[in-house]
Amino acid sequence: MPIIPPSSAKPEYDVAIVGSGAGGGQMAMTLTLAGLKCVMLEAGRNYDPRSETPMFQRADQAPLLGTSTPDKVFGFYDATVDGGWQVPGEPYTQASDKFDQQFLWWRARMLGGRTNHWGRISLRNGPYDFKPRSRDGLGFDWPIAYEDVEPYYTKVEQLIGVYGTNEGMENTPDSPPGVLLPAPKGRAAELLIQKHAKKVGVPVIPIHRAVLTQRLDADNVPQKLFPGNAWAQKIVADSMNARAACFWATSCGRGCSTGANYQSTTVHLPPALATGNLDIITNAHAREVLVTAAGKAAGILFIDKTTGKEERVKAKAVVLAASSGETVRLLLNSKSAQFPNGLANSCGLVGRYIMDTVGTRVTGQIPLLENLPPHNEDGAGGDHLYSPWWLYQQQHAGKLGFARGYHIELGGSRGMPGGGDPLPDDLANGTYGSAYKLAARRYYGSFVSMACRGEMIPNDNSFAEIDPTVKDAWGIPVLRWHWLWSENELKMADHAEKTFADIIEAMGGTVRRSGTRLGIGIEQGGKIIHEVGGALMGSDPKTSVCNKWNQCWDVPNLFLSDGTPFPSNADKNPTLTIMALAWRAGDYLVEQARAGKL
Amino acid sequence: MNPTDPTARLPRRVVFKWMAAAAAAINLDGLPAFAGDPATGLPPLPAGTKGYGTDPKLMTSYAPGDVWPLTFTADQKRTVTALADLILPADDLGPAASELRVPDFIDEWISAPYPGQMKDRELIIPGLAWLEIESAVRFVAPFPTLTPAQQRAIIDDICSIKRATAAFEKPAFFFARFRGLASGAYYATQPGWKAIGYVGNLPQATFTGPPPEVLARLGLE
Repeated sequence: MPIIPPSSAKPEYDVAIVGSGAGGGQMAMTLTLAGLKCVMLEAGRNYDPRSETPMFQRADQAPLLGTSTPDKVFGFYDATVDGGWQVPGEPYTQASDKFDQQFLWWRARMLGGRTNHWGRISLRNGPYDFKPRSRDGLGFDWPIAYEDVEPYYTKVEQLIGVYGTNEGMENTPDSPPGVLLPAPKGRAAELLIQKHAKKVGVPVIPIHRAVLTQRLDADNVPQKLFPGNAWAQKIVADSMNARAACFWATSCGRGCSTGANYQSTTVHLPPALATGNLDIITNAHAREVLVTAAGKAAGILFIDKTTGKEERVKAKAVVLAASSGETVRLLLNSKSAQFPNGLANSCGLVGRYIMDTVGTRVTGQIPLLENLPPHNEDGAGGDHLYSPWWLYQQQHAGKLGFARGYHIELGGSRGMPGGGDPLPDDLANGTYGSAYKLAARRYYGSFVSMACRGEMIPNDNSFAEIDPTVKDAWGIPVLRWHWLWSENELKMADHAEKTFADIIEAMGGTVRRSGTRLGIGIEQGGKIIHEVGGALMGSDPKTSVCNKWNQCWDVPNLFLSDGTPFPSNADKNPTLTIMALAWRAGDYLVEQARAGKL
Repeated sequence: MNPTDPTARLPRRVVFKWMAAAAAAINLDGLPAFAGDPATGLPPLPAGTKGYGTDPKLMTSYAPGDVWPLTFTADQKRTVTALADLILPADDLGPAASELRVPDFIDEWISAPYPGQMKDRELIIPGLAWLEIESAVRFVAPFPTLTPAQQRAIIDDICSIKRATAAFEKPAFFFARFRGLASGAYYATQPGWKAIGYVGNLPQATFTGPPPEVLARLGLE
């Protein structure tokens, strides 16, 4: 990727974007294809998936057989660079010493951010998900409805390529005909779960993931995405033509050297750079938003990590897409006489209502899956089938005891072995020698897992603020996290565990492990890495940080295009919605620029 | 000492070393670890041993010893090889563990400067010492030189945590972890894939789902 040093930056840009992941990437693409001159700051190093992705490397070619270590928490071949729950030199703190009141903050320090390793699950929020308070009186409504976002969901799906099917289920939106790519067939374990889950009333359908099960239609899609802009169409068509279809091997968590799945570095940034309108500065650790005497955003003050020096880029508008935590930190650290509580914070709500996803997991062993004839189930490098939330009616009738839903992510176990113990001691049952090898073969592939991914309702006890004393290696004040799950989330996790046990028993299997290692029945806050909220959008400047265009009420040329504006965190994984809202906000920003309003 | 000679007598220094480790093991209450005291037979990692960091090169092929120094002495390596091959012998399903570098992977594992691996180091090294002292006590010969029947006589006492008697409980934890590490390494190799029944890591033009015989077995036709 072409990258410039700070010294080569232009005197002023139309827009400065902080962050290069899903929100920053989409924003950069939308703006540069509309002709705006942009500079993007990324806190980590440059990263090129085409040359750096270990596609076919085996576990026996990695240190420690590729297993998890504190340096590479998701395993040696995980795409994450210089990231994890802890980042050297960049601490964060906790208000509580109780682990269930702490927030685990996953960060990546690399071009493309967390999009390089994410699960590619791309679910649309449904109509209910934008108006949750109107439905059950909890949390907040969005100032927009599904209909406002729908065209952008469609555009993003066409741009990045999403496989799946239209099932017409409640609050689980269909895409327009021809938008989704063909869904892959289920794997043996997924199909078996599908069959037996039906007995306990749980539907299993193809999931939606950002993986190309066939090449994108570069001859027709760009015209739909950028009507009337032949130049943009050509650039996007070239970018689509540079992406191959999935070859059904290699976990997506490694990233993809052939561009067969979505990551910002293969889908958003190449066409944005091809416009000639984008400069990227890496190792640029943003410190604060610069502000004019008139109270408008004027650019970004950042540390060049390669020299340790303070640098500045200037711009007519600023977009923050640094993740909920980092965007909140930047706003709160941008204090001035005009903005004594931090930027865009006259309502006092910056940092408030951060949400993650309700996570828990049950694993089981299924005798029917033992000793299956060997066959290739690598598939699309992630889930093929899942269960969308299915109990809307029962919940509406007050039968569940908790609000909101969860979806189920299904896992089989015929993946590439390596590092892990294939056979727990009880199943090895005292064997060694050839008897053990036969047992390992018998049980391989017979384990299933079901993971709950559920909606957390924003609460007053889950937020981030600036730690009054602790600073990072560059002297920048760090975040201090507060966290508390409410009864609602705990009851949801409990319901999920019971349901998963019922499914495993319906399959004739036995539950191996239920719940989390925490012993509180729910994963620690942050663990699912779906952090959103912290600068909510709304329709009233007194009770929200930004408006329905992701535009800060207090600073009209400052936009937030990551998960910070989310007033709720539906069970649907947030990335697709981040991209749809970024595109929508980008179109609005372009209109404002053209009208001379920046 | 010729490790292939079943009549070889144990050198006195080896016995002393094993006795020290075993004594430390017996005195520790904590399960599943045997001992954590470097003075009693658990060598500390060499000063300056570092992990691979948060941005290692992913496109390189690594072998044990490439990133941090290994630990096993020649004696320990022979014990590990004998035990790994007893657990994962050459048979119809594939080659023996030692042919697939399993002892080297275990050495890399227990030499790594990460907390999880350090815990395994505290279990594996004293466990190997226990195995040798047990061999010496029962058969007056090093474990690698015992006959298969003699080796099995010892391993049968420790091969199941559930069934192990009180005296063999700690060694049973050692064995379970050793077997987990050995098979984790064994099945990470391509011959190991074949042995366990994994097929994949190959580019395919299409994904057609499970083959008909699998669907039939699962009642999914």
